[in-house]
Amino acid sequence: MSDYGPLKFHVPEPPGRPGDAPNFDGIEIPEAGSVRRPAVDSKAADMKELASTMIRVLNTEGEAVGEWAEGLDDDVLLTGLKNMIRVRAYDERMMTLQRQGKTSFYMKCTGEEAIAVGFRAALSKGDMNFPTYRQQGLLLSTDYPMVDMICQILSNSRDPLKGRQLPIMYSSKEHGFFTISGNLGTQFIQAVGWAMASAIKGDTKIAAGWIGDGSTAATDFHASLVNASVYKPPVILNVVNNQWAISSFRGIAGGDHATFAERALGYDIPALRVDGNDFLAVYAASKWAVERARRGFGPTLIEWVTYRVAPHSTSDDPSQYRPKEESSAWPLGDPILRLKNHLVARGMWSDEQQVQAEAEYNDEIRAATKEAESYGVMGSGASPKDMFDDVYKEMPRHLREQRQKMGV
Amino acid sequence: MPRMSMIEAIRDAMDVKLGQDDDVVVYGEDVGYFGGVFRCTAGLQKKYGTSRVFDSPINESGIVGTAIGMGAYGIRPCVEIQFADYIYPAYDQIVSEAARLRYRSNKDFTCPITIRTPCGGGIFGGQTHSQSPESLFTHVSGIKTVIPSNPYDAKGLLIASIEDDDPVVFFEPKRLYNGPFDGHHDRPASNWSKHPLGEVPEGHYTVEIGKAKVFREGADVTILTYGTMVYVAEAAVNETGINAEIVDLRTLMPLDIDTIVQSVEKTGRCMVLHEATLTSGFGAELAAQVQERCFYHLESPVVRVAGWDTPYPHAQEWDYFPGPARVGKELKAMMEA
Repeated sequence: MSDYGPLKFHVPEPPGRPGDAPNFDGIEIPEAGSVRRPAVDSKAADMKELASTMIRVLNTEGEAVGEWAEGLDDDVLLTGLKNMIRVRAYDERMMTLQRQGKTSFYMKCTGEEAIAVGFRAALSKGDMNFPTYRQQGLLLSTDYPMVDMICQILSNSRDPLKGRQLPIMYSSKEHGFFTISGNLGTQFIQAVGWAMASAIKGDTKIAAGWIGDGSTAATDFHASLVNASVYKPPVILNVVNNQWAISSFRGIAGGDHATFAERALGYDIPALRVDGNDFLAVYAASKWAVERARRGFGPTLIEWVTYRVAPHSTSDDPSQYRPKEESSAWPLGDPILRLKNHLVARGMWSDEQQVQAEAEYNDEIRAATKEAESYGVMGSGASPKDMFDDVYKEMPRHLREQRQKMGV
Repeated sequence: MPRMSMIEAIRDAMDVKLGQDDDVVVYGEDVGYFGGVFRCTAGLQKKYGTSRVFDSPINESGIVGTAIGMGAYGIRPCVEIQFADYIYPAYDQIVSEAARLRYRSNKDFTCPITIRTPCGGGIFGGQTHSQSPESLFTHVSGIKTVIPSNPYDAKGLLIASIEDDDPVVFFEPKRLYNGPFDGHHDRPASNWSKHPLGEVPEGHYTVEIGKAKVFREGADVTILTYGTMVYVAEAAVNETGINAEIVDLRTLMPLDIDTIVQSVEKTGRCMVLHEATLTSGFGAELAAQVQERCFYHLESPVVRVAGWDTPYPHAQEWDYFPGPARVGKELKAMMEA
């Protein structure tokens, strides 16, 4: 008789499925202000606990507390709130465009606005982000023209990418926003390479990689960490843990019982785990990591803990795989509401101003959309001639022949 | 003029570019201190420092992924994949990223990187030290594919590749590193010091990417080939007495159609010859091009001689490798057709 029972195959399941009550018991949330702020030149080994806890600044009363609350610029907070309102309004409007059939596809970042907007506020001109498709806030908190963004979504005659790219895969070198790829995780290692180049050239610019919880399972995540560990380039490795990769909960990425931030420790990379819906915590942690990178102390990994409120994309229906009320039950709340309450409590903002700002951005986006639509919708106006350019720097003969065959 | 092996010529190309352009960096597995498992980067780290020439972790996706990031920053990495057989972990980065960066960003970002990788068989390398995966790259829009067959071209083409603003996959037939090889494994190996193409100018020069070379002029049949097979073709010609024109393509993408058409129209017959496996190999593209463009000049069907459609074996090396006997037999059959 065997001493061994039959082996069992383990497949993680989320705590709730459609019809269940939302359950976030697995997510431990420490008190705001309870996590220390180490020196920017700290070694990974001396700040290990920061990968397992959660940096939070705003308490339940909306007050900014603890070491991470120090030295935050009020103007950045006000601008941050406005940018978040703008991003959310933009997402709503683009979703409508898709429903109207004016574009084929869109992806919202609802609930995650604080992360991109707060992080962008800590960067300087010349730094480079390597975003995923859910960091529109990085671009929307610069002076990049909104009309150009919408033209890209519409693939029209004014599309900066000439109709070649799926909607939302923006690109702007000037605005520190690397060209988005549909292939997940690839840009994370490219950010490390960009930062290596900055160090090789003795520059002071830094790079930021972005990846979601699901894509940390991609091999390029490991490639990024090992290269960042080896060469210590000025890069910030952002993991946006919104709990969901389309229909797969974080456990399918191996993130149910260990945090994503903890992965950095095995590579000797300092890691922070941050309340991603707390704009003050986002900005403070970003500033810390930016300062660390720019002073030459090397990479930082930051896990931003948040929740994907919206469907994965306009092609997705979350009611098929998660409890309907899960997003409203998310214990870290709504990033816009939390920052708003903080600023209102400090007398820096009001309900009236909030309503007014929402109206102003709606007007701006409505006008930008109208202008963008005048250049065509859903691919109309994009030239087939543009299809053959820029495959190579100079068009090789076979492409010239193919273009001629098409008669364009 | 100095004489160099292909290894020395490749090393010299990187030396020239590292010396001329502060933005050129060279890295890969064992490339730095040790100077590469084939000595192609010997002495470069000592001369240019660890910021310019360095060792990388064993992570091909990381090597190419970081190079793409560096290219986007604005410098010119020339990276090495130790064997072409090990380029597959980097395939996503090459196909999905390097090849498309310029196109998808409307030239906002570009990818001026060179990926060097030793390829080809004939060295008892078995399954994972012998492959010729060039057709996996020629099929991808946005990358250039280069494969030299001698020290002179290797240096000139590598300098041109490093200077090119498009991503280049640069295949180095490792069987040719030390000397030409015609497939006669039972004869003593020759080296480049006795071969005219082992004469390599000092300093900077380029061989244009996208230009084939007529390696041997002939009137009766055209052999389109590249890499080690250039010398196999030459041996087969010498042994059969068939007056074949041997075209060394040198660049597979973009392809030098004019030289190909000119030769086939002259000879009326065409063999395509490569080490890589037959089915969907680059020879299929060559055969289709010749059929489309030279149909009315053809006196016999285009013939493909290639590696068999099997993984590259170890013990059966010379049954697999398309040697001069196989090429000669096919040539004779073509001339009788």
